[in-house]
Amino acid sequence: MSSSILKLVLTVFFVVVSLNLFAQQTVVEQVPMADQMRADGKIWIVVVVIAVVFSGIIAFLINTDRKLTRLEKQLKK
Amino acid sequence: MRSNWWKVLGVLLLVYGFGFGLMGEVPRRNILNESIRNVYFHVPMWFAVTVFLLTSAIFSIRYLRSNNLQDDTKAVEFTNAALVFGMLGCATGSLWARVTWGDWWPNDPKLNGVTISMLMYFAYLVLRSSFDDSQRKARISAVYNIFAFAIFVPLIYILPRLTDTLHPGNGGNPAFGQYDMDNQVRRVFYPIIIGWILLGVWIVSLRLRIREIEDQLQEN
Repeated sequence: MSSSILKLVLTVFFVVVSLNLFAQQTVVEQVPMADQMRADGKIWIVVVVIAVVFSGIIAFLINTDRKLTRLEKQLKK
Repeated sequence: MRSNWWKVLGVLLLVYGFGFGLMGEVPRRNILNESIRNVYFHVPMWFAVTVFLLTSAIFSIRYLRSNNLQDDTKAVEFTNAALVFGMLGCATGSLWARVTWGDWWPNDPKLNGVTISMLMYFAYLVLRSSFDDSQRKARISAVYNIFAFAIFVPLIYILPRLTDTLHPGNGGNPAFGQYDMDNQVRRVFYPIIIGWILLGVWIVSLRLRIREIEDQLQEN
């Protein structure tokens, strides 16, 4: 008689405890990210800015590389 | 260094890394939020620093065996590149730390190790400038370089793992290795490391060629 009450109590207790699991899903989904910026399309300005800076640096490197090749050819003569 | 394919490869890898690094999917983690993307820009700096310092130490060893000043020149230029990337790594790390750890420069074993290492290698440059004779300069700085690298590796990689540190991947932190770096991140992370290293090698090769031309002009 008391063991069946115990079983009932334990069952209810474990069901209640397991409700905590629901909290984990919402927390993970609610991590604030830049989704709004991506939805607006504003993230593209960040990408373009970085692309411009990077292209400038690479263009400078290519330029320097070509200048050096020219100098080396001159010296070889 | 007449071949150019590796320069093109480096640029392509960086474009890929920048593009997917900024626009691709990343793990969603509290505190980090979007700044987890710094894994593509801050961490590779230090991979590059390690590769360049190792290369520099190897050229120092080569110089001691060959007495060829070319080896010494390469050792210096790779150290220069390592110092530039190291300063960029410190700056980017500090910015990242401000928004995630709440402090521009917390008291942390890895940061202390980085500070000591940077000071060691700046001292290498100062040491070199104190000599006039190029052979003596090369020999003494080569020996110093080898010791400096032997200290650098434990300071950065071993000591932080033995103790508590804020840095992920050390001191028992369940870090960017296991819980936070998934295969999507790895697909961008490893290629962009190679891209940054190739870019650094390109810059080193340009500086070496400038030195060659300067030396040739001096002889004439």
